[in-house]
Amino acid sequence: MSVVAKKLLGIGVGGVVVVVLIALYISQWATSFPQTVAAMSTRKVAGLNGTQLTLQTVAAIGPKYSPSHPDWVSYLVLDHGKWVHSTIFKVPAHSLVHVTVLQYDGDSGLRNPFLSQVQGTTTGMETIDGKATKAINPEEASHTFAVPQLGLFIPLPGVPEEAKNQCEFAPCTLAEAHRTITFTFRTGAKGRYRWQCFVPCAAGWIFGFGGPMQTLGYMDGFLDVV
Amino acid sequence: MTATADAELVPVPSRRPLWRRLLGFNLFSAVILGVAGYYLGWWIGHQINGPSFEFQAKTNENDVALMLGYFFGVVGFLIGLGFANYPVSRLLGRPASLREKEDEGMGRYFGLCTDHKVVGIQYLVGIGVFFFIAGLNAMLIRVELLKPTPTAIGPNQYLSLVGMHGTMMMGMMTSGILGPFGNYFVPLMIGARRMAFPRIEALTFWLLMAAGFILTSTIFFGGFPTGWTGYEPLNEQAVMGMDSYICFFALVGVSMALLGLNMIATIVAHRAPGMTWSRLPIFVWSVFATSILMVLAAPMLIGALLMAAFDRTINTAFFTVGVGGSPYLFENLFWFFGHPEVYVLALPGFGIVLELLPVFTRKPLWGYRLAIAGMLGVTLLSFFVWQHHLFVSGINAALRPFYMLSTEIISIPTGFIFLCVMGTLWKARTRFTVPMLFCLGWTFNFLIGGLSGVFLSDTPLDTDTHGSFFVMAHFHYTIMGGLIFTFFAAIYYWVPKMFGLKLNEKLAKIHFWSLFIAFNSTFMPLFVLGMKGMPRRVSTYAPNLQGLNMWVSISAFVIGLSMLVFLFNVIYSLIIVRKPAEADPWHSKGLEWQTPTPVPVNNFETIPVIDSDPYEYGIPISHHGGAEPLPAGG
Amino acid sequence: MASEPIHPGSEPNHARRFGLIWVISSLIATPLVVLLIGPIMPPGHGSEQASGHVTDNTVLIGAATPVLLLVVLYLIYAIVNFRQPKGAALEGPAIHGNARIQTTWIVVTSILVISLAAYGTIRLLEDGAGAGAGPNPVAVPSGPKLPVQVIGQEWAFTYRYPTYGGVETPHLVLPVNEMIELHVTSLDVIHSFWAYQLGVKADANPNTDNVVFVRPTKKQTFEVRCAELCGIWHGYMFDHGQVVSPTAFALWIKEQQVRFAPVAKYLPKYARKYIPEPIRRGE
Repeated sequence: MSVVAKKLLGIGVGGVVVVVLIALYISQWATSFPQTVAAMSTRKVAGLNGTQLTLQTVAAIGPKYSPSHPDWVSYLVLDHGKWVHSTIFKVPAHSLVHVTVLQYDGDSGLRNPFLSQVQGTTTGMETIDGKATKAINPEEASHTFAVPQLGLFIPLPGVPEEAKNQCEFAPCTLAEAHRTITFTFRTGAKGRYRWQCFVPCAAGWIFGFGGPMQTLGYMDGFLDVV
Repeated sequence: MTATADAELVPVPSRRPLWRRLLGFNLFSAVILGVAGYYLGWWIGHQINGPSFEFQAKTNENDVALMLGYFFGVVGFLIGLGFANYPVSRLLGRPASLREKEDEGMGRYFGLCTDHKVVGIQYLVGIGVFFFIAGLNAMLIRVELLKPTPTAIGPNQYLSLVGMHGTMMMGMMTSGILGPFGNYFVPLMIGARRMAFPRIEALTFWLLMAAGFILTSTIFFGGFPTGWTGYEPLNEQAVMGMDSYICFFALVGVSMALLGLNMIATIVAHRAPGMTWSRLPIFVWSVFATSILMVLAAPMLIGALLMAAFDRTINTAFFTVGVGGSPYLFENLFWFFGHPEVYVLALPGFGIVLELLPVFTRKPLWGYRLAIAGMLGVTLLSFFVWQHHLFVSGINAALRPFYMLSTEIISIPTGFIFLCVMGTLWKARTRFTVPMLFCLGWTFNFLIGGLSGVFLSDTPLDTDTHGSFFVMAHFHYTIMGGLIFTFFAAIYYWVPKMFGLKLNEKLAKIHFWSLFIAFNSTFMPLFVLGMKGMPRRVSTYAPNLQGLNMWVSISAFVIGLSMLVFLFNVIYSLIIVRKPAEADPWHSKGLEWQTPTPVPVNNFETIPVIDSDPYEYGIPISHHGGAEPLPAGG
Repeated sequence: MASEPIHPGSEPNHARRFGLIWVISSLIATPLVVLLIGPIMPPGHGSEQASGHVTDNTVLIGAATPVLLLVVLYLIYAIVNFRQPKGAALEGPAIHGNARIQTTWIVVTSILVISLAAYGTIRLLEDGAGAGAGPNPVAVPSGPKLPVQVIGQEWAFTYRYPTYGGVETPHLVLPVNEMIELHVTSLDVIHSFWAYQLGVKADANPNTDNVVFVRPTKKQTFEVRCAELCGIWHGYMFDHGQVVSPTAFALWIKEQQVRFAPVAKYLPKYARKYIPEPIRRGE
């Protein structure tokens, strides 16, 4: 082997190593998901069988959960008594899912007011702070929890601006100002369904729909029906 | 590569200590200055984006900082490479240094070098690296599409992969043939000692490399969701990764425009005596036509992206509805660049095929003037078809018959190329070498691509196929089947000249056949998928399409393997075995093969005088009219 | 044949031989393609427009078949017949061109593509061919039309029926055999409304009304998809619509009016386009 060949081989091997490292990095980045959180099975309460999903929406996720984007609006999910920053939920097929959302964010208003009506729950209604409601004022909407493929649209009203003791960023406690929304829906066939928010809640982004509104783990997620 | 061959002729470079050598103007200092420039821009961006830009509420997303970072990073990178030396010494009244050209040995491949042959090889390797990264993205896309629901790859990352694959291929590969083979062979083929603007030539390459790095860095900033088209307002909605796209494509635009300008100047002004326009090799004609497209189309892209950058950073509203802007504007500007761009990808392929066919058929090029007319016709017409990308967009609906007509008409000059290919094959003495196989592969692929294009140009049918996998299959047939096949034809054809070494033929044939079969097996079913209603750029699809999608994915992986065979061949033949090639292994009569291998720094001892046509193959037949020039266009 | 040097005198008449091969195979293949593949061409017969596309597809594959055969058969013919004998280094004949063939080629291809463009134009101007035709369409079918608005947003389509009090629904239901006038618009980025079985596609642009006409010709379920990249859930922007009998449609629309009564008071007045707030939040 000549000197040139040896030099070239060195460069070639170096190049291949760099490319393989880049390839591994890209593959690792491409395949990363937030963790999947399973809904908790509920005991037979008042004849209602199924699973319970407890969610929280916050105006800012905070540095504890997201060092890169602490100011992004986000959902959180309760997993065995601990709040987890994830939006991939696992629920059983053909069963009832009881959802409780603790809503800590203020209102933004819907771009399409039509989505301020509750759709797809077992009763056609949601309960806001204990009061059953069919539709909210679209101006007061703060988020929605919507699974379009299941026909589920749940508008979530915001915490009024004048409310005291507002939660700045996650984790928020029950002592801070919030709205409690509960609803129940029935899952269908197995599959991975996406869910999203329809309220333009991403502050500073055009149409309020950039950033967290288009990032898995914040205002978008999957409902794994298994 | 030349170090052993003419070691005696080269003065031995003085062995300065390592630290002293690293401090010069080279890739090392370029990277250092590039990183420093990036952080400088990032810092400035955070200073100015504080109090005075309050409306920028996107927290932790500082587009100004990133854009400035990229800008200063590129400037630092170029200064580090030594691009400022010449203007600065001229400003100071000092004699300009010519050291770029005097450097010898391996080092000149890793820095600013104004020798067009070095730049050609730099282009080949540099573009090759990004070609493989973009190919890897395609593999990951196909992994995701094995299943109808997203399981392997996150939805954000999937769109970013689609965007990176498309943008990198459409951006970097515009120079895929003009960069390596245009720079290397145009001066040799026209009998010139250099390109018209050697420093600009080097600049186009290093800009492209900086751009490629910027695009790859998008994954650190969240990627971008828009695909290669970057449509507004989704563009403005995207996270910081979008800035990478904007800076990448703007730099590519600058690089393209300069490359084209340089090529035009070289071809116009640096032809050897006797190299009249009607004696110009057809490949040079295709480079000329492509360069016209580049020079005229790329500035439109740069302008559109500048406007997009302003929309994202200082809240102008060029493309924002409700405050005076319109997304149609971006669509128009983008496709005014975008459609000539796809011919930028196709035309050099025409040139390669028509250049290689006479060599391997042992016949003159059939219909030389018709081929030129075809290329120039495509060049002209491609500026009048762009709204066929917007047939269903609702823009200028009354003008659709015009765009339908112009789009259909562009297949007439494209048809000329096919006629020339067929005419050259007539009664030929064809040798089925690897470059010839790739040319024949091109003929089939581009035929399918062209015929499917007729379906797309028909407005009623575009209704079904627009935005579907049908379009995707169509442009992969024209670009991958067209550009990439001829890219490989050119590699196999010219590597013996560029490196003085032979590529292993058996591996090359395996590469061709696996690529040709896997390519068709990948993209033919995509026409069916598109016609069955599968949209582009989705990570989920109807479950009944899974069978075909799995077939496509597996075929795509075979394409990947085939590329690895090629890579192995390159490493095996050019690095390990290093079997010297004959002086003119294909018995070509092209001027580039008349130079010694390796080509001397100044190409020709004396500038040759051209006194014949470029394709003097074959036995003259008197009753056929022999070498009589034919009437133009007929 | 290929392994021996060919003497000019003994060479077969390639032009006539290939010409025959091509003409005969085209005469056989073209009717076969038109008759066998034509009827199964997409998008089927869900609407007048879709049926029109099937016809157009059939015309185009009919026209493309001889062209495809010409080049492919020629390539095969050339590869089989015009080879360099093994181990030889023969030169081919120095033919530089043929003015007659070139002129014929130019004339024939020009006639072919210009007639295809003319055909496409005629089809387009009949009824818009299911393609989005902008706010003021040139080709407007005569007779009464049922206006339906398609509202694209990130990432769902909703529909409004202005002649039924502007009621908004999450699904698209259409009466059979009626001319529908779809008004496609968007609230945010560019989407594209694609009803595959109906042969309809129209981009949904913000602040723009994109009109498209379609007459469904049979009761069916059809797919609705977004065909323009619009963000993270672009691939999930799909739904199923239905074409039902006019009586079933009347019942359904009444049911929707009752069902979505609670939200009716919040809906904006029906308009051809909407610019909802906020354009930017946090300004």
